[in-house]
Amino acid sequence: MKIHEYQAKQLFRRYGVATPEGESTTSVADVPAIAKRLIDSTGNAVVIVKAQIHAGGRGKGGGVKVAKGGPDDARALAEKILGMQLITKQTGPAGQKVRRLYIEQGLDIDREIYFAMLVDREERKVAVIASRAGGVDIEEVAEKEPEKVLTVHIDPLLGLAGFQIRKLAYFLGLADKKETFASFSKLATSLYDCFTKEDCSMVEVNPLVVTKQGTVVALDGKVTFDDNAEFRHKAQYAELRDADEEDPIELEAKKVGLSYVSLDGNIGCLVNGAGLAMATMDIIKHYGGEPANFLDVGGGASQEQVTQAFRMILSDKDVKGIFVNIFGGIMRCDIIAHGVIAASKELGLKVPLVVRLEGTNVAEGRKLLDESGLKIQSASSMGDGAQKIVAAIKSNAPLRGDAA
Amino acid sequence: MRPFVATQPERTTMSILVDKNTKVVFQGITGESGSLHAKACLAYGTQIVAGVTPGRGGQTFEGKVPVFNTVEEAVKQTGAEVSCIFVPPVGAADAICEAAAAGVRLVVCITDGVPVIDMVRVRQYLSGTKTKLIGPNCPGVITPGDGENSHGGCKIGIMPGHIHRKGKIGVLSKSGTLTYEAVGQLTALGIGQSSCIGIGGDPVGGLDFVDCLELFNNDPETEGLILIGEIGGNAEQRAAAWIKANMKKPVCAFIAGRTAPPGKRMGHAGAIIAGGKGTAAEKIAAFEAAGVKVAPSPAEMGTTLKSLL
Repeated sequence: MKIHEYQAKQLFRRYGVATPEGESTTSVADVPAIAKRLIDSTGNAVVIVKAQIHAGGRGKGGGVKVAKGGPDDARALAEKILGMQLITKQTGPAGQKVRRLYIEQGLDIDREIYFAMLVDREERKVAVIASRAGGVDIEEVAEKEPEKVLTVHIDPLLGLAGFQIRKLAYFLGLADKKETFASFSKLATSLYDCFTKEDCSMVEVNPLVVTKQGTVVALDGKVTFDDNAEFRHKAQYAELRDADEEDPIELEAKKVGLSYVSLDGNIGCLVNGAGLAMATMDIIKHYGGEPANFLDVGGGASQEQVTQAFRMILSDKDVKGIFVNIFGGIMRCDIIAHGVIAASKELGLKVPLVVRLEGTNVAEGRKLLDESGLKIQSASSMGDGAQKIVAAIKSNAPLRGDAA
Repeated sequence: MRPFVATQPERTTMSILVDKNTKVVFQGITGESGSLHAKACLAYGTQIVAGVTPGRGGQTFEGKVPVFNTVEEAVKQTGAEVSCIFVPPVGAADAICEAAAAGVRLVVCITDGVPVIDMVRVRQYLSGTKTKLIGPNCPGVITPGDGENSHGGCKIGIMPGHIHRKGKIGVLSKSGTLTYEAVGQLTALGIGQSSCIGIGGDPVGGLDFVDCLELFNNDPETEGLILIGEIGGNAEQRAAAWIKANMKKPVCAFIAGRTAPPGKRMGHAGAIIAGGKGTAAEKIAAFEAAGVKVAPSPAEMGTTLKSLL
């Protein structure tokens, strides 16, 4: 789960990570007062107005502006940004509507650094990734000038060690001044503390800045939480989740314990198991069709969950055909059949449906479908099923059991 | 902290990881899914010699399996050497460490939804022991037997036993149901399996493709292999490089997620194309460059493997 910059910085402050002062708002009317408070409190006449959306690249898209003319200037910029459809390289062409702003104090910046922590799958450790080239696309730097990027792996039983902080500080040029090193050391230690205690899967500070006064401050903050750890942070995840930034169907699926991802095609898929669900999308494409979704009902879905899953597919207006592909291990085929029948009878089945059942209780499942009176084409294998649903959509031909 | 070092010697004579004589302890045996699958494994012929549920010590499962409060006790009393874990996510990492501390040589963790930071700590802890881990978030490991519906072998996990048939082909996969799909295709073609291992789809887990490839390569019972990968990470690319340098047996691969959009988690915590990396195309190219035959569709894993024999 992703959170906004203003939320990430609240979290940072709680752990002692230095951030600029700032306040968030959803109303332009609040902006002058916030700007005035920041200017009075920090003595810096500059404030920054920042769009709060989950996607990166906000600055280049016009979502971050510097107000040098005091509270009225901040208000004028806020009016331009709030409500705009912000398009960045991460939002896709449709962009994302800006519903909230973060107003932040300006800083006298000496230089910018890239600083991130993430779980390195290959090393199976949390890694710190740092570069003197801050505020840029780190993947590009890593590819073209790898010597400019330092990666340090943290022993989980030891934590971020003193020698590793010194190594990072020398690499980043933060070891010359005593107060700068102390400031960096505190920030790095606090950020790792935040990473592990809050179950982050990624924390990116781009840029981390060194001020003219020699302190080290997190000027940006992107935090992604590990969804698997939600049980440890239920209240906080619920509070920080911004439903506006997420796909409504995916969110609804999550609530009932299903894994769903919307796609652009027109063949709805209902599958058990993530690997088989991906493979089902692939095989539809292989035979010339386009999948409308990824949907994994999981290993131990109840009849109610299957019904809900099928309901979600049926309610997608783009869906012109449905392929149910089940290889029951834990999942019983009769439960799938009951769910498919219940949802079809409730919402009406107006598109071709191809069902492939295999595995546990397959005979009961097939019998239930055969006797349901629904227009269902059964498939003998995954390949057979994919070809049948693609053909059914292309020809729009009536299927077996059709009254015609 | 001084790491615990298991004293049990590594076995060298077994086919791969488990066989019909392997003594297994089930952690979480009295829970809903633990008991369901323990029963299925017992019916298959797996030697489940003990169960563990804290607070239920002294009880008996299915009238024959003694239940203990701790893994240590279970191992001492029964000689269990492999553990299978059905403990919920909140306690799964601790359960893995408990099994390793008790000296079992292999832990199979079925649990889905273990936080990644817990697994980072577990891996570090296990590095000081001789215990191997499969999973978490995996279907487990099976060595089919020669009875009816492959009964009489060793099934440690949640896979449907009856679809297997004893034979000479290994199956190695990140996915559960896609593994069953591959096994189903092989069995339908009359091709049996030596061992099938589901390593799980989490970002940080136990044995990876390369560890298992090495086992299959050295296994006299295995003559060929189906490897099933998916988007995310670079375990498949490392597997391809290892195969090119070391593998003596034919390998057929399939990569799930050619049509997956970037930046979206596709069910498995690890199945995500991040920063444009970990795409199916990259992985397929790596396998093809290593001389591995890649199945054109998931319906052709069995036939592709057959064409290599």
